[in-house]
Amino acid sequence: MASTLSDSQLVARCRAGDQQAWADLVDRFSRYVYAISVQAFRLPESDAEDVFQEVFARAYQHLDGLRDDAAVRPWLGQLTRRLCIDRLRAAARERPVAEEELASTEAEDVLAVLDEALAVHEALAETPEHCREVLDRFFARDESYRTIGEALDLPPGTIASRISRCLARLRELLEGRTEGGSASSSL
Amino acid sequence: MTAFDEERLARLIRALPPAPAGWVRAAQELPLARTELDAIVARAEADAEFRRRLVADLEAALQAEGYERDPQVVEALRVRFKAK
Repeated sequence: MASTLSDSQLVARCRAGDQQAWADLVDRFSRYVYAISVQAFRLPESDAEDVFQEVFARAYQHLDGLRDDAAVRPWLGQLTRRLCIDRLRAAARERPVAEEELASTEAEDVLAVLDEALAVHEALAETPEHCREVLDRFFARDESYRTIGEALDLPPGTIASRISRCLARLRELLEGRTEGGSASSSL
Repeated sequence: MTAFDEERLARLIRALPPAPAGWVRAAQELPLARTELDAIVARAEADAEFRRRLVADLEAALQAEGYERDPQVVEALRVRFKAK
């Protein structure tokens, strides 16, 4: 089950040596780190895996140096970008590429979408389990109605209506955050 | 963020698929790997013969002593001791 702790609470527990907190932190940001390397920088899987492990290894090693525990998300995002660019630079030594290709406008656009996507996933984590499950399976895991129906023991006909209801619920939650002005503080 | 129509929400959920499970597990196990690494380094610093064997043939020395050969630990030890 996803941790309900805030980012800063999670970081504080990691720093205190809580291994479960570390596992939860990796779980919380794993999709974000993965998406930056494969979507924004289009690294091949083997390079993306190296970057992924390096990001978390450095994060674990340098967690004590993080000045603001709540800033762990931008910190990880920045670290991932830097390591991706290092990878591209190393590859460019073998196959020269223009500097602008390393940090293209397109990559910046994808990064902005990923930041927004992470906020949506965080809101999704606050929805009831049955919503989280069906939306994640259908959209993020790209599972068919049939696969979801078998996994959740639901008739396929029910899934479409559940997806629709859950999207509406997620939307209310996000709009409530925005109206309450708490969207950025909860990231 | 402002408007949240269903299409946009769907696109944003889709934008973050899960990372491969094995990658996530390896990153989650970092603290355990770190604990083992610290124990091996401490022993190598206290035991010159063990250190010599580590440098000569890292993986064989770890295997002989019954340590798990976690790739992250092996790589870290290789860098630290400039082992073969």
